[in-house]
Amino acid sequence: MSGIAMPRPDAAVLSRRDEIVRALKEMVPGEGVIDTDIGMRVYETDGFNAYRQMPMVVVLPETVEQVSAVLRYCHDNGVKVVPRGAGTSLSGGALPLGDGVLMSMMKFNKVLDIDAANRAVVAQPGVTNLGITRAVEHLGFYYAPDPSSQIACSIGGNIAENSGGVHSLKYGLTTNNVLGLEMVLITGEVIRLGGKHLDAEGYDLLALMTGSEGLLGVVTEVTVRILQKPEMARAALVGFPSSEAGGQCVAEIIGAGIIPGGMEMMDELAINFAEDFVNVGYPRDAGALLIVELDGPEAEVDHLLSEVEAIARRNGASSLRVSTSEEERLAFWAGRKSAFPAVGRISPDYLCMDGTIPRRALPQVLARMRELSEKHGLRCANVFHAGDGNLHPLILYDANKPGELERAEDFGADILRLCVEVGGVLTGEHGVGIEKRDLMPVMFSEDDLKQQQRVKCAFDPKQLLNPGKVFPELHRCAELGRMHVSKGQLPFPDIPRF
Amino acid sequence: MPDTFKPRTAEEARDVVRWAAAEHEPLEIVGQASKRALGRPVQAGQVLDMSGLAGIELYEPEELVLTALPGTPIAEIEAALAAKNQELAFDPLDYGPLLGRPAGQGTLGGVIAANLSGSKRLKHGAARDHVLGMDAVSGRGEIFKSGGRVVKNVTGYDLPRTLTGSWGTLAVATRLTLKVLPRAETEATFLLSGLADADAATAMTAAMGSSAEVSAAAHLPEAVARDLAARGHRLSGPATLLRLEGFGPSVDYRFERLRALLGGAGRSVARVEVDASRALWRAVRDAEAFAGSDDLVWRLSVAPTAGPAVVAQLVGQFACTAFYDWSGGLVWLAVPGVDARAEAIRAAIAACGGGHATLVRAPAPLRSSIPVFQPQPGPLAALSARLKEQFDPHGILNPGRMTAGH
Repeated sequence: MSGIAMPRPDAAVLSRRDEIVRALKEMVPGEGVIDTDIGMRVYETDGFNAYRQMPMVVVLPETVEQVSAVLRYCHDNGVKVVPRGAGTSLSGGALPLGDGVLMSMMKFNKVLDIDAANRAVVAQPGVTNLGITRAVEHLGFYYAPDPSSQIACSIGGNIAENSGGVHSLKYGLTTNNVLGLEMVLITGEVIRLGGKHLDAEGYDLLALMTGSEGLLGVVTEVTVRILQKPEMARAALVGFPSSEAGGQCVAEIIGAGIIPGGMEMMDELAINFAEDFVNVGYPRDAGALLIVELDGPEAEVDHLLSEVEAIARRNGASSLRVSTSEEERLAFWAGRKSAFPAVGRISPDYLCMDGTIPRRALPQVLARMRELSEKHGLRCANVFHAGDGNLHPLILYDANKPGELERAEDFGADILRLCVEVGGVLTGEHGVGIEKRDLMPVMFSEDDLKQQQRVKCAFDPKQLLNPGKVFPELHRCAELGRMHVSKGQLPFPDIPRF
Repeated sequence: MPDTFKPRTAEEARDVVRWAAAEHEPLEIVGQASKRALGRPVQAGQVLDMSGLAGIELYEPEELVLTALPGTPIAEIEAALAAKNQELAFDPLDYGPLLGRPAGQGTLGGVIAANLSGSKRLKHGAARDHVLGMDAVSGRGEIFKSGGRVVKNVTGYDLPRTLTGSWGTLAVATRLTLKVLPRAETEATFLLSGLADADAATAMTAAMGSSAEVSAAAHLPEAVARDLAARGHRLSGPATLLRLEGFGPSVDYRFERLRALLGGAGRSVARVEVDASRALWRAVRDAEAFAGSDDLVWRLSVAPTAGPAVVAQLVGQFACTAFYDWSGGLVWLAVPGVDARAEAIRAAIAACGGGHATLVRAPAPLRSSIPVFQPQPGPLAALSARLKEQFDPHGILNPGRMTAGH
């Protein structure tokens, strides 16, 4: 294991392991508790698999009552809990704790209610992202956020991570598509937020829960909005001599009032890796490749495609193809969608980064990344959600070579610092988890982070839910609550008063 | 008269809050105070007037982001966006006419504090969906920043959205960053006349379930349509409105799609062209039909298909007038007299699948004595109170604005 330290295991809890396992088995009978090494092995890591840790015990509840009972027991006994969905997190959000209960929600796998008239689906959190679309596509609907892990990732995990996807500029992230939740607090209390109505009442705890990375509560039911499938989608595949020209084209498309359903860019290295892998006719000599997908009514798609073509030519496109069939459109995407496995074939290991930048900083960031690539002696291919500035640099390394993982991590950290430096953020859609935890102070001051951690104190004052994730330093809630104020006269004679 | 502090910088605002925290001195937070008649009245000895922190700091149309200070007039922001053919797609509702004030008042901070969204919320989301970043002063007197200035960001808890709609009870915003979007090139409204509420609901549901990409859907029963006709809108009889925005060829194409879907035999279909369409939707969004009367006014948020059922339950119990936005999911309800009928309204919502009701126009004494916002079940109310305490331990920010406790 590399340099990210997790909270020190609590020896008192570990010494009570047998008793805790027995108690859990009473609450979740049958096969719902796993305490053997071999059984727990599949849970020791998630999609961020450079890090591994065996949990103390795994529990797979099937009912809300069981979730509530387990959490209340853990709360009363000071036992940490790591919630887990499908385990596809790319930031280590579901990495177990050696003295913690790993709570898998994958037995909550049913779609409960399909309400086409209200364009809503109620599902249990273990249903996969794609499972929601599968459940409603016969009615002409789909669920819009489409993270690339959508075949496997769970909707509950999507809530925890506020997952995005390639269509998020037009259709939003998870937070923009969730209508309601049922969740259980660490105290065992069951809370319902929102429903099939559009705006939830009171404080927007739905927004707070979405993207909270399992630190605030365990989601037991989700209500999401579904959308009518667009009538059609067509894509343009445009090569540019440089990423500058590609970036300028993107800016002009948006400047023209066009919000494409998807707009993806790849750099030269990524183009060639993808073409080696799927061979769909990507222009190998291009400095940047842009996929612009327009979806909607046929008349609109045709109209906008002609505008996009004109903008691309004006910006010096070196090649331009427009899909004329569904097969061709999917072929355009095939290379982009296989970028990760394509890199996986060429390099034994890779790290996938996830910073977001203001788009206009793209040329500067790519140039700096080339310098960093030389500095760290590692190659880096770039795929990029061009519409919203979300970068996915893939850093190629070999974990079997001593020191390469550390170098790759240093390279990644340099990239994320660069993202923040140009006005961007550490993570666009993969979450902070453990991966970016120690970089949080690059983006946030101590006061910023303390206010966020106070939010956790409202939900989980003992800090038992997924500790060690997101925040670099654990503060006790009592310490966070302390105020250092001295009473006195109104100390600001300069501020206008009336 | 309370003292009014009018800071010019975030640091000055922080100093005022820090002092108030030390003295346990409640503050009423205002911009232009245009929404003072909304929500529960605040009991505070001092006013923190944020209108001095005004101005657009950054507007990058091609990045789709705008950063402005909270005291910036919302009209100034809308004008700056319009100059670049962009807009706030959540279509902020203007409460001015309903509350007996001029239209076009208010600040960005006020719009975000109240999460004001209009008819287009149905397609584009609420104000909270467009908030990307926020700097704010907590009730502890500390400045903190949250979110960012890019549209895709999951770094840390989503405090900008959490603070949206918190009515200034958690923190005082000092800088706001929003996602902005291109303004539609043109629009038209598909107008179906003569439908009863239940049939209108069916038509709206069918339209929203089609690929016509309707951006707003409203139904005005006869009395409301007559009122708007008297205000110059060309309506006769009950009016079901479906708004189509976008590029010209797309709007035409989708209009015909709706005609094929909904314009069956015996149906009266008309097309409202761009200028009249915009004016009509403004009237719907701002509930102009209820402006200029003394009726108590509620906003009910329910599942879209539940709207007519809730209203049907209520009209049997007491006199009231309703119309529907958000495809039936938002019910505007005017209740004549002095009894707000809060229990009956909330019971009807509960009986029809849940949701919430907010009393948006009523005299101050009534707003102090009944829950203006939907009361929450115990554990949720307790959680909300704990959250408030983590931001504002001494309860000095807009105390009582949302609930009697905090």
